[in-house]
Amino acid sequence: MSDPLLAVDGLRIGFGPAKDGAEAVRGVGFTLEAGKVLGIVGESGSGKSLTMMALLQLLPGQARCSGSARFRGKELIGMRKSEIRHLRGKDIGCVFQDPLSAFNPVKTIGDQIVEAIRLHDRRISRRAAMKEAEELLAAVSIPQPDQRLRQYPHEFSGGMRQRAMIAMAIANKPALLIADEPTTALDVTVQAQILDLLRTLTRERGIGLVLITHDLGVVAGMADNIAVMYGGRFVEAGTADEIFYHTRHPYTRGLIEAMPKLDRPEERLVAIEGTPPSIWSRPPGCSFAPRCYFAQERCRQQEPELRDLEHTRSACLRAEELPPRETVAHAQDTGKDMTL
Amino acid sequence: MTAIPDIRVVPRWRRSRAVLSVLGQLPLTGKIGLAILVFWLLVLITISVLPLPDPLAMAGRRLQPPSIEFWLGTDALGRDVFSRTLWGAVYTIPIAFAVVLSAVAIGSFMGAIAGYSGRWADSVIMRAADVTLSFPPILLAMTVAATLGPGLSNAAVAMVIVWWPIYARLMRAQVLEVRTREHVEAAIAGGAGRMRVLRVHILPLCWTPTLINATMDFGQVALLAASLSFIGLGASPPTPEWGSMISEGATRFYSWWIAMGPGLAILSIVLATSFLGDGLRDIFDRRSRT
Repeated sequence: MSDPLLAVDGLRIGFGPAKDGAEAVRGVGFTLEAGKVLGIVGESGSGKSLTMMALLQLLPGQARCSGSARFRGKELIGMRKSEIRHLRGKDIGCVFQDPLSAFNPVKTIGDQIVEAIRLHDRRISRRAAMKEAEELLAAVSIPQPDQRLRQYPHEFSGGMRQRAMIAMAIANKPALLIADEPTTALDVTVQAQILDLLRTLTRERGIGLVLITHDLGVVAGMADNIAVMYGGRFVEAGTADEIFYHTRHPYTRGLIEAMPKLDRPEERLVAIEGTPPSIWSRPPGCSFAPRCYFAQERCRQQEPELRDLEHTRSACLRAEELPPRETVAHAQDTGKDMTL
Repeated sequence: MTAIPDIRVVPRWRRSRAVLSVLGQLPLTGKIGLAILVFWLLVLITISVLPLPDPLAMAGRRLQPPSIEFWLGTDALGRDVFSRTLWGAVYTIPIAFAVVLSAVAIGSFMGAIAGYSGRWADSVIMRAADVTLSFPPILLAMTVAATLGPGLSNAAVAMVIVWWPIYARLMRAQVLEVRTREHVEAAIAGGAGRMRVLRVHILPLCWTPTLINATMDFGQVALLAASLSFIGLGASPPTPEWGSMISEGATRFYSWWIAMGPGLAILSIVLATSFLGDGLRDIFDRRSRT
């Protein structure tokens, strides 16, 4: 089979009237091979979660969605409800941001995993499914799984809940796992464990993983490919190394500058000034231009397309002209000091 | 490395006993309410073996005031008012229970459909509920009961028709709230079908307001049942039903004891259910706590 696991092309999601409503996602495209990890990075409201919800037709009813998303060659956008239901939780698993609210509070963890299993295969007996659930909990390193199965979500700690959620998501041996900010609600130390778990599980089982996050640090050690999203578009995409070492977009660069560096504690963290534009009042031209350090007049008029560069694919008109990173940090730093 | 102590999960059957301990958390008024209801329940169960005079037969001289022999006196036909009052529970309590249960069942079903499916089903059901609620309850109940003809079971049907919209509204509001929670979305993302999501992931979280309201309404329904009987649309005369007993007593104003027995009985039921309902709300609904 030559079809990639997931191929998204020209995905657009809009709200409001078709004519002059707002578009939250504006032509997103990527492919994901089995066993690989794609990290989608962006701030709140950049459209990253909507993109993933669109794949499973989980968008709210008033959203308009067009474009193409092929899962193993099968079109997901506009797929019949009865058909997509069999993909959800079976071939495509989901890990949610807040593991406490994503579990049904009045059912035990065991019952919920059993439900997830039996929902897609009625031939498995409750007892066998329970046994399987126990093995799954063990696979995500939850101690004493036989006892834990009989507890309710509120009796689990945050990290353990997220482990249980992952166990549930992989219960039906999915080919694709979508993790929407899986570590945002967790402590930093627990975050590392959860990411580690996700990485091992996906590698071992050959699961394709789409990891959505607003934290570049989360995808840094984990993703094979990274896409940076801003204002409903991919502004830069490439392999993890390319993004980190040869970034060709001021926004990505800003994100990297904003990460604390352990080897240089004396350096100031550089923030990206301003807030992302609302989808209802997007500026003409490049949507990052109002906040961009390098923006010129033409950036405010012409919307740049994602284009191939030496390393990454970047949607910046001045991608080639970007000066090396150190100079930028310095210029920004001194520039700010001088105005004080 | 220190050993992590093993956890032992309490088995489910022992956890369900904890439900009973909820009753222990009731405030004093709630406990009083519960005690009164338990009293009436005991009366209901043991009534046929209690050493009471026949409520339908003459027990002594007519219109006697309360005495050692007749605790609440005798009525115009010489029947023992105390015995008739206790026997009244046999009619009122099961009727009120059946009415509340049917109203909850029908109303919750309608409300769940309205809240979950939305669109036209929501409009149709909720407008029907609005129309029903726009009539004064006693008037609508009278109209329905009069149309169906007098009798306790017809009165019960009339009361269900009056009462279901309240539960439809309650359940709809609750479903609307719960359906937006993340675990519902997670269940859908897991491949659960629409009915399954409603049944397993939404409804079990929706019962608290209904439970509290049903407890409180129990007394109100008993009161309405008595009211219908009072105006002759419920139980017919020889039946020792509280409403019709008060109606008999009302014509003999100077024999105050005839109406007092059933009056106190109704008062105690309404009060008890209000107390218990308030107490349950204090326990379950943390938002309304001050």
